[in-house]
Amino acid sequence: MASVNHIEALLEKYFEADTSIAEEKVLQDYFNSDEVAPHLEQYASMFQFFKISGEERSTRAIPLKPGRKVYLLKWISVAAVAALLVGIFINQPSQTDSLQANYTQEELESAQMALAIFSENFNKGTQGMSYLKEFEKNTNKFLK
Amino acid sequence: MQQSEFINIVMPFRDKLFRMAKRLLVSTEEAEDATQEVLLKLWTNSNSMEKYRNVEAFAMTMTKNYCLDRLKSKQASNLKLVHSNYKDENVSLQKKVEVDDSLDWMNKIMNTLPEQQRMVLQLRDVEQYEYDEIAKMLDMNPTAIRVALSRARKTVREQLIKKHNYGIS
Repeated sequence: MASVNHIEALLEKYFEADTSIAEEKVLQDYFNSDEVAPHLEQYASMFQFFKISGEERSTRAIPLKPGRKVYLLKWISVAAVAALLVGIFINQPSQTDSLQANYTQEELESAQMALAIFSENFNKGTQGMSYLKEFEKNTNKFLK
Repeated sequence: MQQSEFINIVMPFRDKLFRMAKRLLVSTEEAEDATQEVLLKLWTNSNSMEKYRNVEAFAMTMTKNYCLDRLKSKQASNLKLVHSNYKDENVSLQKKVEVDDSLDWMNKIMNTLPEQQRMVLQLRDVEQYEYDEIAKMLDMNPTAIRVALSRARKTVREQLIKKHNYGIS
């Protein structure tokens, strides 16, 4: 058992907050024993109180399950949205590709030539249509 | 993280969180609420839990913040009187009937201390944390903690001596 002098010295340090955990344990044990010196008795309830306070337990059961599922679902939806965005992003550039990127200069020129020939012949065709107008005039005369 | 794994991490300090909450909020019911709230928050963030070097200190800080918020909103809504009327259930816990009265008295003294001193006293004298651990939990420097602790202990001593001189009725 620690001597009274030792306890007094420790108490002095204790109130200046200079004691180590081990020294505080000595005080704690001393004041929770049955051999407290009469002139130190006033401190006993302090250390007894600390000891008893430390024995209290939390008794409520804590439901852990709910939080988990919500958490997973949240990340699944985030992943789905991300996948969608990536899909749209990947598809977009192919639509905006210019002709120059997909065909060589030669191919383009031959296509242009083909279109020019086509439109020239088409115009010839429409010129030929003007004879038909004359024909229409005469048939109308006949029908009246 | 698996549920069992989480419980293994959290169980050793769960009661400490509860006692800290009770020291601040006084009521057992509210302290249980606070503990539950903090643990559920930890659980929903359990994937990032590995990142926190010291989960216990982190949880203690969360508890502190939660309780101080509760106290603040209580003060704002004028519930302070109701709050101090809660019956202390510490007394029923302990078996030494002859010291009942002085422990009850101690509890009253504790509740008159400013919150910061109460927290420091709780973490050091009840839970026996080292100063640097307390510093982390309360976001204070160790010197400030020693000052607060010394002040708290001396206030308790003064009150006890006063009580002692009156004689225990």
